[in-house]
Amino acid sequence: MARARGRSGATVEQLAAAKDILVSCGSGGVGKTTTAAAMAAEAAATLGGKVLVVTVDPARRLANALGLEQFGNTETPVPRQAFLDAGVEPAGELWAAMLDTKQSWDDLIRMHAPDAATRDAILANPLYQNITGKFIQSHDYVAMERLYELHTSGRYDLIVVDTPPTRNAVDFLDAPDRMADFFSSRLLRWLIAPYRSRVVSMASKPFYSVADRILGTQFLQDIAEFFILFQSMYDGFVERAQAVRRLIESPVTSFVVVSTLEAAPAHEAEYFMRLLEDRRLPIGALVLNKVLPESLLDRDAAAVAKRLVGEADPLATSLAASLDGVGDPAEVARVLREVGRSFADYQVVAKREAEQRTELSRAPDLVATVPYFSEDIADLAGLLRLGDAIWR
Amino acid sequence: MAERPHLLDRRLLFVTGKGGVGKTSIAAALGVLAAGEGKRTLLCEVDAKGHLAEMVGAPALRFEPTEVHPGLWAMAMDTEESLKEYLRLQLKVPILSRIGPLARTFDFVATAAPGVKEILTVGKLAYEVRERNYDLVVVDASATGHVVGQLASPVAMSELVKVGIVRQQTEWMLDLLTDPATTGVVVVATPEEMPVSETLELIERLDAETDIDVAAVVANRVLPELFGRSEEEVFDRLDAPDGRAHLVSATGPAAETVLDAARLAVDLRRSRAVHLSRLRRSLPEGLPLVYVPYLFTRSHGMRTTRQVAERLGEELL
Repeated sequence: MARARGRSGATVEQLAAAKDILVSCGSGGVGKTTTAAAMAAEAAATLGGKVLVVTVDPARRLANALGLEQFGNTETPVPRQAFLDAGVEPAGELWAAMLDTKQSWDDLIRMHAPDAATRDAILANPLYQNITGKFIQSHDYVAMERLYELHTSGRYDLIVVDTPPTRNAVDFLDAPDRMADFFSSRLLRWLIAPYRSRVVSMASKPFYSVADRILGTQFLQDIAEFFILFQSMYDGFVERAQAVRRLIESPVTSFVVVSTLEAAPAHEAEYFMRLLEDRRLPIGALVLNKVLPESLLDRDAAAVAKRLVGEADPLATSLAASLDGVGDPAEVARVLREVGRSFADYQVVAKREAEQRTELSRAPDLVATVPYFSEDIADLAGLLRLGDAIWR
Repeated sequence: MAERPHLLDRRLLFVTGKGGVGKTSIAAALGVLAAGEGKRTLLCEVDAKGHLAEMVGAPALRFEPTEVHPGLWAMAMDTEESLKEYLRLQLKVPILSRIGPLARTFDFVATAAPGVKEILTVGKLAYEVRERNYDLVVVDASATGHVVGQLASPVAMSELVKVGIVRQQTEWMLDLLTDPATTGVVVVATPEEMPVSETLELIERLDAETDIDVAAVVANRVLPELFGRSEEEVFDRLDAPDGRAHLVSATGPAAETVLDAARLAVDLRRSRAVHLSRLRRSLPEGLPLVYVPYLFTRSHGMRTTRQVAERLGEELL
């Protein structure tokens, strides 16, 4: 089963008890969201206090697993009854929120806009909707911003954050910096200059004439208007972006890298851990999900599996004679062969996983191994079972 | 509805799916299969993660396509390179040195105004199709969450940009993308809850938000069925305490481990079969569902790609 004990003797449970923020990250399909929810549920059940899980996954499944109809941008408490139904007397409270990019951006604009006219003009700009709705990095930024807001509110003892499914697993880390760079960029000022002063310098004329031919003047004006409006909020944004970065870098935050032992996600996890190290960000734990049992590597079992294939007929004959109601020897032999073959198949995968694991050289001291659960996690009991496996 | 054009008879295929389902592997296998059928094929990786190069056993890919196997070319999308090429071809911008800072500025605008990067991606691919440089272009596209934005970018662009060259460009792109004989989307899913749900949602969204045809769904990594029904009864009997005791006395104590592993395999297959049948039941009528088995031997590399291509070939050709 799970062996989370690292060389230092620490556990994910201790990590959750010591930190304010756990950031769950990794590539798509490794169970990142479920892992975040499971850690939060387990923390609420065993450590007490108020625990919040912030997800970016709009799946109803997670809401249902938490005993909620749905949850949105505002934090919603998970009913105590859901824990009691799962056979657990919770020591604390579990809250859940889902990041709504558009809503969060609107809130940010309302907060930073210098006046009502600017606020309304931005919210009505044709590009604003596009930028906040589709612009992937804006999603990353707003996720980090929301985390900052929740943390400074002091309403929660522990916040577990699921990170957006970015193309690059670390985009969200750079988002606050990128946002600050963006607003202080000379290019931006250069770009919108003609719309401010109507005087286009000789140096930039070729660009505007080409840009005009490609995109048309109206579109460029929409862009310019958007950024001119946005610049009025520059100071607020940059200040916030820096505060967000300080929070991420501070010792109250820890990163939990989630992966499976398949080649592609494991490579991505390794790459991600390297980037975290380069940024001197603390990797609290590595959670390895969907790991096949180690018993598949057992040599004696492999020998038995081989015999089941090679000696299926005599074994079946003797079993048919001694075991009541097992059935036709020919059919028993087919089953034995299949059992043996299947073992050999899965053993190959288990060996590959074992090799992948030794290659994860950068793994932190704390590695939690979670077995392959054959059934889906459909309720709080399932999340707590997973959480328990991560804890130990 | 008219008969669906055959997958490999189309000219532009976008392969997508939830992260982690093996869409790069399927895209590479489709490319290998098509090239094996004598089609001049271009494979393009959109999210520069470098997995496609691994799948076709090639060194790192660049924007300039390289022939990685006879008849099979591969490239990595780079929007800045795409912009340079576009300017060179469309605007006849003569002085290359000017393009450096221009491209940087443009990249900046592209970051600010969504859709620009997407259209430079889709535009380059559509261009290769229009110019008939290849018989088939297979795109390892963005994951389900982003692919609609990518495919709908010409529409979004034509709404934002009312005049100018981009506006004219979006028109021929749309003609090409919305013709089912030319363009199709291949959605890859594994028989698990979230990948199946995302696949069904994506098909609905593509139908609602674009006029682009879904060509096929690939169920990837389908676990083998160990037993038929009567065999399963035999297995249950062997797995019962007295059955186990008999097998242990015949082959040794490690037989317990072997039976545990078989039980896990049966359970995994069973839980996945539920999602597979949900996928099958919920797909629009007439949409082909192609099965690719779980490969126990390897999960990446050219050898795997060939095996997947073979299986796709058995189902498609």
